[in-house]
Amino acid sequence: MALSHEREQELEKLCNRFRIDVLTAIHAAQSGHPGGSLSVCEILTLLYQQRMNVDGKNPADPDRDRLVLSKGHAAPMLYRNLIEKGFLPADSMNTLRQTDSLLQGHPTNHTPGVDMPAGPLGLGLAAAQGMAIGLRLSGSPARVYAVLGDGEQDEGSVWEAADSAPKFALDNLCAVTDYNKVQLDGTTDEIMPLRDLPAKWAAFGWHVIRCGGHDLQALDAAFDEAERTKGVPTMIIADTVKGKGVSFMEGKAAWHGKAIDDDSFALAMKELGGDR
Amino acid sequence: MAKAIREVYGTVLAELGETNRDIVVLDADLSGSTKTKIFGQAHPERFFNMGIAESDMVSTAAGLAAVGKIPFVNTFTVFLTTLGLIAARGQVCYGNLNVKFGGAYCGMSDALDGASHHALEDISAMRALPNMRVLVPSDAESTRWATKWAVENYGPVYLRLSRDVYPDLYPAGTKFEIGKGAVVRDGGDVTVIACGLMVHKAMEAADMIAQKGVSVRVVDMYSIKPIDRELILKCAGETGAIVTAEEHNIYGGLGSAVSEVLAYAGAGAPTEFVGVRDTFTGSGKYAELLAKYGLDANGVAAGIEKVLARKR
Repeated sequence: MALSHEREQELEKLCNRFRIDVLTAIHAAQSGHPGGSLSVCEILTLLYQQRMNVDGKNPADPDRDRLVLSKGHAAPMLYRNLIEKGFLPADSMNTLRQTDSLLQGHPTNHTPGVDMPAGPLGLGLAAAQGMAIGLRLSGSPARVYAVLGDGEQDEGSVWEAADSAPKFALDNLCAVTDYNKVQLDGTTDEIMPLRDLPAKWAAFGWHVIRCGGHDLQALDAAFDEAERTKGVPTMIIADTVKGKGVSFMEGKAAWHGKAIDDDSFALAMKELGGDR
Repeated sequence: MAKAIREVYGTVLAELGETNRDIVVLDADLSGSTKTKIFGQAHPERFFNMGIAESDMVSTAAGLAAVGKIPFVNTFTVFLTTLGLIAARGQVCYGNLNVKFGGAYCGMSDALDGASHHALEDISAMRALPNMRVLVPSDAESTRWATKWAVENYGPVYLRLSRDVYPDLYPAGTKFEIGKGAVVRDGGDVTVIACGLMVHKAMEAADMIAQKGVSVRVVDMYSIKPIDRELILKCAGETGAIVTAEEHNIYGGLGSAVSEVLAYAGAGAPTEFVGVRDTFTGSGKYAELLAKYGLDANGVAAGIEKVLARKR
């Protein structure tokens, strides 16, 4: 079922709020990854706040849906979503990357609501595959999501999992590529061309959907289609913009993992309305 | 009696799978060699052949563990502890997930395949991972215990297994304990602390040396992490000299683990290290390789002689 106009507007507002809070936390820590946190905003927000069966009050529910943030450097956007779902206290956002914080620089499952450690790139899809196999063995209706970066698809291990998940016919597994076309050192075309990414996943036996990664209706429809798809896992290739929402960060590799200076922060807040 | 360690492992895993339905087994296209095929035939719905993709296998196991399964990942020791290491560190151990690692062909047990297939740095790699426990069985009975212990106790466990046939050392029903070693031969002049195959070589060496009137104690340090500090210090105190013996590089393995205990305690017992001396090995018949690299009974006996000379 399509998102109601009202719900879409609510989610858009949440996304804007999350962008503000994530940049605030990264600015406070003077460390972190703004670009990829902003590009994955709608993907994570739609999943956590609209689609996934997860509840901060029942974090150990064996039938909860799972999500592996394989591009672990986007952790702040994951944490902000977990706060909204009640897994983490609201004030924890300000402790990002600080000693003894629940919010480590990259996700770990010691943090309530985080299903799998991440950080070394290329490993998350296989872990999600293991969850999907295990949940199916247990007869659980839960779905498993893996959120990948595009740069991380330089890693060979991604393609090992690309090979194996269709073999196991994991239709309870849905992967999403945050396809922002920029990695740390430059664009993906400059650093390591991904070539025809949708064709590659299709060749490995996945059901492939391509859609706009900041378009909540399009993403929602893609997740619906993934749920309807039987016998094979789905890869949603979501076209996104690195640094989305802050004009001077958009499409810029420089903002992959850069601390935000005070002037840039003030400007970003002005654009997002976070200064009000 | 003597049994192939991999055969015992595959058989006991299949048996444990009868009663514990959470056990799942993954292999990287070597199940005929690692003997997890025995489990696969008994429980095909819980056996997953991942192809020649060790990283995928270990990460998949991390996911299985995260949803309550007890996955065993299996391939040749060297591939498991190199290609599988990033997932072992970044997911399994960091997440303290309930994954069990079966390293099938430790040391030079895959002798003829050569250095590429020998595993001589795995103890070093695996014991440096927080949350990982490292067990090295030395016969069929201790293999049964270690495998069962891994199933019954939560958290990452590394089982260092062998392709080889080991003579029986322990009677059925022997009580083993995590963090303990076993004195398998008593003696007062020197202690050989060994693991795996080298326990047997140490016993042979002790027999040889006994003819010269030297009384050798042999310890089977089947639990390398956690390690039996108390027993190590007791042996250092009572026999005044230590030889470590392992089918592993002399750097980072059992010898290092024992030395850490001795150094920390300031025990100061002279120690000799029997192991592969920081070199790549070669192809050959297993017995010939063990002799070539000083890992046969003669090699252990030489270590004993050296340490005794230093003790005097």
